[in-house]
Amino acid sequence: MDSIRLRPLTRLFLALFLFFVSVGSSFAQGTAADPSKAGVAPGATAAAAPAAAAGATTGDPAAIAAGDALFKGNCAQCHAVNEVVVGPALAGITKRRPMSWIIPWIKNSSKLVASGDEYAVKIYNQYQKQQMPSFQLSDAEITSIIAYTTSQEGVGAPAAKVDGGAATADGGGAVAGEEADGGKSMNILLIVLVVVLIVLVVTLVIIANIMKDVLRGRKDLDGRDREVMEQRFDFSKIYKSTAVRAIVGVVFVLAVLYESVQGAMGVGLQQGYQPTQPIAFSHKLHAGENQINCAYCHTSVYKSKSANIPSPNICMNCHSQIKTESPEIKKIYRAIERKQPIQWVRIHNLPDLAYFNHSQHTQVGGIECQTCHGPIQNMEVVYQYSPLTMGWCINCHRETPLNTKGNGYYDNLVKLHDTENGAVPFTVSSNGGTECSKCHY
Amino acid sequence: MQESPKYWKGIEELENSPEFVKNALTEFADFLPVKETHGTSDATVAPRRDFLKLMGFGLAAATLASCETPIKKAIPYLNKPEEVDPGIANFYASTFFNGQDYNSVLVKTREGRPIKLEGNPESPITRGGLSARAQAAVLSLYDGARLQHFAKKGAKVDKDQLDQEVRNALAGAGRIAIVSHTIISPSTKKVVAEFAGRFAGTEHVMYDVNSASGLLRANGGVLPAYDFSKADTIVSFDADFLGTWLSPVEFARQYVANRKVSSEKRSMSRHYQFETNMSLTGSNADVREPLKPSELGEAVLAVYNVVVGGGNASAYADKSKKVAAAAAALQKAGSRGLVVSGSNDPAVQALVTAINQRLGSAAVDVANPSLIRQGDDAKMSNLLKAISAGQVGAVIFYNANPVFDHPMGAELATALKTGKVRTTISLNDRLDETGELCTYAAPDHHFLESWNDYEPKRGYLSLAQPVITPLFATRQAQDSLLTWAGNPTTYYNYLRAQWKGVLGGDFNKAWDKAVHDGVAMGSAAPAAPAQAAPALDVNAAIAAIKSSPKPSGLELAVYEKVGIGSGADANNPWLQELPDPITKATWGNYVTVPRAYAVAQKWEQGDVVKVTVNGKSVELPVLIQPGQAAGTIGIALGYGRMKAGKVGNGLGANVLPLLAMRNDAISYTAAAALAATGTKEPIAQTQTHHTIMDRKPVVQEATLAQYIKDPKEVTEYVTISTPDGPQKPSKVSLWQDYEYKNHHWGMAIDLNSCIGCGSCVVGCQAENNVAVVGKQEVINRREMHWMRIDRYYSSDAHKSDFETKGKLSTYAAMEDPSENPSVIFQPMMCQHCNHAPCETVCPVLATTHSSEGLNQMTYNRCVGTRYCANNCPYKVRRFNWFSYYTNEKFETVNGHMFTDLGRMVLNPDVTVRARGVMEKCSLCVQRIQLGKLEAKKQKRRPKDGEIVSACAQSCPTQAIVFGDMRDPESRISQLLRREDGERAFHVLDEINVQPNITYLTKIRNTDKSDFNA
Repeated sequence: MDSIRLRPLTRLFLALFLFFVSVGSSFAQGTAADPSKAGVAPGATAAAAPAAAAGATTGDPAAIAAGDALFKGNCAQCHAVNEVVVGPALAGITKRRPMSWIIPWIKNSSKLVASGDEYAVKIYNQYQKQQMPSFQLSDAEITSIIAYTTSQEGVGAPAAKVDGGAATADGGGAVAGEEADGGKSMNILLIVLVVVLIVLVVTLVIIANIMKDVLRGRKDLDGRDREVMEQRFDFSKIYKSTAVRAIVGVVFVLAVLYESVQGAMGVGLQQGYQPTQPIAFSHKLHAGENQINCAYCHTSVYKSKSANIPSPNICMNCHSQIKTESPEIKKIYRAIERKQPIQWVRIHNLPDLAYFNHSQHTQVGGIECQTCHGPIQNMEVVYQYSPLTMGWCINCHRETPLNTKGNGYYDNLVKLHDTENGAVPFTVSSNGGTECSKCHY
Repeated sequence: MQESPKYWKGIEELENSPEFVKNALTEFADFLPVKETHGTSDATVAPRRDFLKLMGFGLAAATLASCETPIKKAIPYLNKPEEVDPGIANFYASTFFNGQDYNSVLVKTREGRPIKLEGNPESPITRGGLSARAQAAVLSLYDGARLQHFAKKGAKVDKDQLDQEVRNALAGAGRIAIVSHTIISPSTKKVVAEFAGRFAGTEHVMYDVNSASGLLRANGGVLPAYDFSKADTIVSFDADFLGTWLSPVEFARQYVANRKVSSEKRSMSRHYQFETNMSLTGSNADVREPLKPSELGEAVLAVYNVVVGGGNASAYADKSKKVAAAAAALQKAGSRGLVVSGSNDPAVQALVTAINQRLGSAAVDVANPSLIRQGDDAKMSNLLKAISAGQVGAVIFYNANPVFDHPMGAELATALKTGKVRTTISLNDRLDETGELCTYAAPDHHFLESWNDYEPKRGYLSLAQPVITPLFATRQAQDSLLTWAGNPTTYYNYLRAQWKGVLGGDFNKAWDKAVHDGVAMGSAAPAAPAQAAPALDVNAAIAAIKSSPKPSGLELAVYEKVGIGSGADANNPWLQELPDPITKATWGNYVTVPRAYAVAQKWEQGDVVKVTVNGKSVELPVLIQPGQAAGTIGIALGYGRMKAGKVGNGLGANVLPLLAMRNDAISYTAAAALAATGTKEPIAQTQTHHTIMDRKPVVQEATLAQYIKDPKEVTEYVTISTPDGPQKPSKVSLWQDYEYKNHHWGMAIDLNSCIGCGSCVVGCQAENNVAVVGKQEVINRREMHWMRIDRYYSSDAHKSDFETKGKLSTYAAMEDPSENPSVIFQPMMCQHCNHAPCETVCPVLATTHSSEGLNQMTYNRCVGTRYCANNCPYKVRRFNWFSYYTNEKFETVNGHMFTDLGRMVLNPDVTVRARGVMEKCSLCVQRIQLGKLEAKKQKRRPKDGEIVSACAQSCPTQAIVFGDMRDPESRISQLLRREDGERAFHVLDEINVQPNITYLTKIRNTDKSDFNA
């Protein structure tokens, strides 16, 4: 009787055990995938690149590299080397026009058109009278851009170019991908192991039963043997043991407490928040495949606390020409016609009591957008990648070395730090970056 | 030898009233009526249940919050203007002029909305200083009580319909009057002239609430420009030139230029003040003598007799040695002497002019006169009489409210009500006392929505540009006048056309520069009329003074307050809550009476009395004012508004109807009778609310003679006994010192330059979103100002008196010092102690020390134990007893935090503090952070002067210096090096909290003879 009654209880234990195992493993996964640890490295910002271009000469690999950065930052929205996008393909431009024409054209095309330059007017008319914006670039910078486009001439047909883009995007994620793959194979191994074990247990039980049946069939067993054979473990002893009861009780209470604390801590957390936006704008298409620089649309990300959600007039720079029939683009036209601004759903919400400044992190700190916003170039619909909790902020401030190179503000501080602490990295927090009124005032 | 006068903060302290002692010993008021609006009958039962309910609700709310994410929208511009970036402030130069004060300002806008006004350093007149009124003007822009549409008899009306009706009405009106305060805009005057050209019979009458009509007449219609920096001896007869007279911001800067001292420059001007009420200027004077208004003329005559000679003997000369001393000093100073008078009596002003002419005063400039007061009392009163007689066909009130702010307002109201004027038009920004009685209302834009030009002084031009699209369906008054006159040009084009004749060279370029700078040199006003002969010659003036009435009873002197002024901005809660520099009273006016009189009448502070003048009376509470002349009382004008808006309505009483004309000018003095009413009305004073612990004086002062002798002897430094002999307190410490590697922010406040004007208080309030709490909460000692200006009275007795006058008589004199006390001002805010007592007692580490020397207050961590406030020796911490932005109790006074319209004024970089947390001065940490970030972006160290706290920036006298003490080249470092051991001291140095705020000892240019007089 006892054994029958015990059945559900053992099941309960089993269920509890499995629950903890699963909870534990899910938290383990959580820490493994903790985004704050991945990719926190001060890198050169796109904005820092133009400086490298100064004094570059044509054909010089350094100039081409600088031109590459400048091209992607300024030109790639409308131009490709071997393909007509908004503006003409730039392959062979040095053969078509001399540098003495190209430079004033880039600096101020409308002036050239207005001056009645024959070629300029022709180009202007040919491309639907779409004016090319003026660029505040130095002659050296323009030369380096041209050096870059010349070096890219014929490199890959249009189709190949897309591949190239995808390849670089993949390249960026490759390291992360490998790690993820490693985790996956581990999981598969574990599952296989568990299955094997279950099979083993089942097999053993079956064998035991068969053997028991065989023994039952034998008539030559005396009473003591029979007793041994029919002996059953009395589970009620475990159930009735106060020690076991106490342990189970404590474990249960702890588990409930732990869960509620975790739940309470998660109140207001929006990690993974992915609302539907009024316009199905794809960062994957724009930032990923077309490699438009983030700052092209988020204009004030290097100078203001707010990165600035682009206003429709920025969209119109390209979309007055491109994909004008798309129903999503038409929503922008409608907004402009009706003079009603687009109401995007805000994804990253910091509480009012926390002050955050984009330019501090991008321009001064040299942090990449992806460090906090995740693989934005792969997001069809943007979601909140980081938890945006204070712990997450502080952790990064503790671990990240300051981007002090070439910044006169830090010169003395670095010297002071190095003489005192030698090898210890000069992190944000060692410069007071975890003090309250750096973010709360 | 350091002087050690006895300081006291108010009458309560001087008399050690039981209530004062009780309050002084407790940080917070015992009676904490938190729930008075909800009925307190169940107060003893409810809290526990409430607590449980709230607990339950909190849990439920948390659960709900975890289920659902509130959707927040992010709405970008439709077409982003190129120069606007969200998160970056833009500054535009503009001009503040409210018919009374001129200030050249920079408007700080965020995302296209003005959030703060700052002084324009380009201005040669105000030089980066800003008055409290100008600081507060940005809040008036978002005042919901402004009239938001055109109206006819109070009801909304279409603009075109109104224009049509007005044009028709004006065409047949006959005599038309445009009534305004002083207009210093040349283009506006041109518009008025064009209007007058279209409608013959138009006259433009200007009047001023605090009139300088007498001064104008005595100088032949010209208002002299003064330069106080060119005067070594200043004698002022009732002119509050640092607070309210003509151009206080300009004068304060000039005045202080000649009063700043250092061990290299051990000289300063001497300032004599003869006045009835204790004014801001009088409290800064080296020698002050209270006198009755009726004695003022005689006192001026006494000086006239010495300097010029030839007048009748003055009855006052024998009475006061101070007048004789002043006259002698003037004579000695010659062209470096200056006499000014705030009296509106042409006779008195005629004598003052004669004295200055004889002195050949370099400080008076009549060639480039000031244009800041042009009101003509006689013309205005004649007009009002004509209106009452029904001789005027149409009146246009252009930002003028004479029903309230002219002594004959009641007659005008009757005339308007009974239809004595057929067409009445109000261009006022709201339906105020006058506007409400007008048929048509075409409200003017706020000045932050308008184009305009100004010429406060001949040859000095100033521009105002709009910084926001008009919030309401209003129209600029000039455009209204142009429209009615049939001129289709907009006022902007009109203005530009006017300026074409003023700016030389490439006009577009010069115009852009003028708009950018906000100021330009040149004159747009028509050439000055040849100075007419003064209306009164000196002999006639002396005769007038001799024959002026000498009432035997009490005399009333009406004065203007530094905050509220004429009362036009009465609906501005920042100004209402700004403590008066002298009385420290907020929210309303009162009768200031001398202490001896109050004692004789057995009156206490707050007893309501009835003041009767010529059969008219007002009832106001009594405020005992040390320094008030015997036999006089004072009442501030600008109160008693009934149609200002919900903030300003019904505060105090209007004293202007009590005044009358004398000598063709409004006389601000009168014989009055006082009678007790038996009722009481508390006055909301901040005076003794945050008493500093009863230790050695926290303010230090010395005389110039001592300073000249040895600058190292003027400041008393406390030492403490140690086994190694007396040491500085900082030598013995429990705590480890901080090491500042990067920055070490600090502030130095020169008590010699601080005039106590309160501009910093409002500047701080605007910058830091400080809540307004209203009259009752000020009475409950819960004001929220992060910065206060402590005003101490001290007795005249000095240590040396013990030797010269004998101990007994000196002690006797010290016991009754309130007849004419010296005053000293001390701005007080968080001292950012390096060994802060507040930091060590916070149980949750909500207040901590930063690596840059700041005492950080973290609101989101604060649980409201208030231990820190209890432990603060300076009493500078403020507790949020309520949520001032949602609690309906504060909707009247703090209304701007309740509506979307009003919230536009809030600084988006500063948190609005929630209920139950402590707050205090942060040294404008948001500005520090911004300044550092800008420097980092440009890969350099911050430059000195780039990062300035709001108080230091608004100070008209630059008494406050803010900077990085770690940078050896910064102004503050240099100043502290120079003053170390001389004038620099810390408040309460002996308790060794090591503040980062340093004060510099005040130096008075007095000598003993002034007191023995």
